[in-house]
Amino acid sequence: MNGYNFAYLDEQTKRMIRRALLKAVAIPGYQVPFGGREMPMPYGWGTGGVQLTASILGADDILKVIDQGADDTTNAVSIRHFFQRVAGVETTTATTAADVIQTRHRIPETPLRAGQILVFQVPIPEPLRFIEPSEQETRLMHALEEYGVMHVKLYEDIARYGHIATTYAYPVKVDGRYVMDPSPIPKFDNPKLDGNPALMLFGAGREKRLYAIPPYTRVESLDFEDHPFEVQRWEHACALCGSDHSYLDEVITDDQGGRMFVCSDTDYCQSRRGEVA
Amino acid sequence: MKKPVLERPVLLDVQGITRLYGPAKGCEAIDFQLHAGEVLGIVGESGSGKSTLLRVLAGLEAPDAGQVLYRRQADDAGGEDAELDLYAIGEARRRALLRLEWGLVHQNPRDGLRMGVSAGANIGERLMAQGQRHYGQLRASGQAWMRQVELDPGRIDDAPRTFSGGMQQRLQIARTLVTRPRLVFMDEPTGGLDVSVQARLLDMLRTLVRQLGLSVVLVTHDLAVARLLAHRLLVMRRGQVVETGLTDQILDDPQHEYTQLLVSSVLTP
Amino acid sequence: MYVAVKGGEQAIASAHRWLADRRRGDRDRAEIEVAQIGDQLRLAVDRVMSEASLYDPELAALAFKQASGDLTEAVFLLRAYRTTLPRLAVSEPLDTAGMRIERRISATYKDIPGGQILGPTYDYTHRLLDFLQLAGAEVPPAETRDDVTDAEPCPQILELLNDEGLVEQAIDDGSEPMDITRDPPDYPMERAARLQMLARGDEGYLLALGYSTQRGYGRNHPFAGEIRQGQVEVEIHVEEWDETICVGEIALSECQMINQFGGSREAAPQFTRGYGLAFGHNERKTMAMALVDRALRAEELGEPISGPAQQAEFVLAHADSVDASGFVSHLKLPHYVDFQSELDLLRRLRREHAARQAEVEGARDAASPKPEER
Repeated sequence: MNGYNFAYLDEQTKRMIRRALLKAVAIPGYQVPFGGREMPMPYGWGTGGVQLTASILGADDILKVIDQGADDTTNAVSIRHFFQRVAGVETTTATTAADVIQTRHRIPETPLRAGQILVFQVPIPEPLRFIEPSEQETRLMHALEEYGVMHVKLYEDIARYGHIATTYAYPVKVDGRYVMDPSPIPKFDNPKLDGNPALMLFGAGREKRLYAIPPYTRVESLDFEDHPFEVQRWEHACALCGSDHSYLDEVITDDQGGRMFVCSDTDYCQSRRGEVA
Repeated sequence: MKKPVLERPVLLDVQGITRLYGPAKGCEAIDFQLHAGEVLGIVGESGSGKSTLLRVLAGLEAPDAGQVLYRRQADDAGGEDAELDLYAIGEARRRALLRLEWGLVHQNPRDGLRMGVSAGANIGERLMAQGQRHYGQLRASGQAWMRQVELDPGRIDDAPRTFSGGMQQRLQIARTLVTRPRLVFMDEPTGGLDVSVQARLLDMLRTLVRQLGLSVVLVTHDLAVARLLAHRLLVMRRGQVVETGLTDQILDDPQHEYTQLLVSSVLTP
Repeated sequence: MYVAVKGGEQAIASAHRWLADRRRGDRDRAEIEVAQIGDQLRLAVDRVMSEASLYDPELAALAFKQASGDLTEAVFLLRAYRTTLPRLAVSEPLDTAGMRIERRISATYKDIPGGQILGPTYDYTHRLLDFLQLAGAEVPPAETRDDVTDAEPCPQILELLNDEGLVEQAIDDGSEPMDITRDPPDYPMERAARLQMLARGDEGYLLALGYSTQRGYGRNHPFAGEIRQGQVEVEIHVEEWDETICVGEIALSECQMINQFGGSREAAPQFTRGYGLAFGHNERKTMAMALVDRALRAEELGEPISGPAQQAEFVLAHADSVDASGFVSHLKLPHYVDFQSELDLLRRLRREHAARQAEVEGARDAASPKPEER
């Protein structure tokens, strides 16, 4: 596109973000402040992820963009178009073919491989925010590893509901040190964070923070010994591909209350149907 | 019967503490020692500087001058320094100390409790901060401590706001003592409560202090509270200590004229 | 069938075409020109420039037009453009004392050197709808006076108080201020950074916060020491020539509040200051900003923090309309996955609740005598 640098951001900004990313990789789970820029899409719509993707994208990279696991949701389409326009890179919907995958709220079902980079869009990067609103205080709590209060919340869930009632953005401890918000992915996806061969980067544009989980890093979901972390299970299989192990979206099919359950990861679902057929 | 325990080792050594907001506002050149197992009362009218002094002692506000030295027995220190200078150690260690070895009971239980979570979560928080990760055990400790402070363990899942003022104060005490801190600061722990509620709470506090062998710095304007709980007293006026001594000695035979006034005003409420 | 999967691309393209059509409106009427907006809706343009923090009346007018008059959207458009601009130079500090005055008033002194100049203000207009404007009546030109070509100098009112030491000095310690457009916020924030954030903060938000301090949530007893509007020269220092040159003029509004006096054992009591500055004619914004600036100095001045306007992190983190509108509007994005998780948990909790109820009722039925046994 005329008048803009490759991948929109100027090279100075990209270097600034890459430096911050290096720091983030060096300190897994630590929120690195960075000089986030305004992007031509609203804050909260993936500006953090877009800035990270723009900073790491090379001309030969193949990009995949998903939102809620799907390549065709409006915001995924919009961000993919943006990069086609400003970077002219090749895009794909196939998880296996992508070098960089920008995602909102899901980790693909297809296992990632070494060399791939998954970029998460993060609305609120601070896992302690809902307990402690002050940034000054939460930074201190991270520095001093004062994390007891995270378990207070989990304790309270069990006391009230009999279960830990956090179903998405479920907090994790990275490499035994920093408590981290994995972005609003369902807790179903949390086990995929642990020891993943791919590099995982997290960008929060409005809050101007980024963080990372390097490949093969230990990531534990917070829990109690006698109430261990567990993921969602469905009684149904995907109505399209028959998968009994993927995250399912509920789709309302008529006004009589008819419903069906289908894979939220559209690429995974389609590739399975290809195999099945 | 209260008995001074002066032969015990010094736990807290306070040297020349000054924290002034303005002329005679705050506290100035305070020296004293607190021995292990001792309850020290700091008494005085409001504005005498006793609350400022408590904030400095409890690690919440750095002094303009002076030192607060915390002496641990060498075997408790676990290889660490036996003596810690509260404001010379980094903030990380200071906060860890406050969280793990010390406790603070606020006058208003709302300042010391998490009002949004249940009684059980309130009591369990310090244990969880120490790394306790077993829900069943946390709950059992919560119930045991509720019994200890004479609260109904059946209310473990109730929110503190459903408790009366006196019950909230008991809950705050349980939450503070659950990790068996070596040193506890109390700021008017019975202030703002009805007289009858106060009496029962004081009775309970006295029992706990004796049972657990707590070392306490207690700030109060109420000499009756001081008489009941404290072994020794510091009398403060306009930011300075005007008299110190054994509680009975000071209350029965005050030497300084200000103390005499203070003691006589208690007799004619 | 499953409609969410396909059609997103098509839908977005169609929506954009529809939006453009709506923006153009009735084709029988002339299209509004960007120049007309700059000329006749200049207060809107000034606000867009201020909150976007880019002084470019033409592009601000374009943004306003492109946004169909939605100020927040226009600010966003101009801000997103601004971030792509290279930095050619950093200007010298602006000298508002040397402002070519259009308006200048003080509420603290009746008569001031240089005089009170009302300027083009809405202040004393009666807020009566002027129906003649519906009928397209001609507006007579404003009168001009030739005898004041060389106006008296207009010293800053607060500097007059300065001579007696009655008002605190704002001292430039020469340190490089933080640049909020380049560096991430780091709380607690220094005043220079706070003022930058307030300057691009949403006017409505600052107005409400400033108002709250007047109603007792962190009172700071303000007097409008001086409000001035007019043109100020922008100068840059050119290293190669070792010379400072003027690169143009910009219109500014400035408000200096005089606030309650502080003082301690060391410092004698004196008035304190709150400061507001904005591009163009933005008087309301600068007054609100000055009130909030002063409120945010509570900690520095040893005042109790009792009102929302005094809580720096709260005030600053939520002031930016681009941040705020983005994050509020992101709720429109799909949240199927998270919602599904919550739905799943809620169903499970309700099942367990029902099971427990049934158990309790079963036990009660077993315990109580059956009706026929009575």
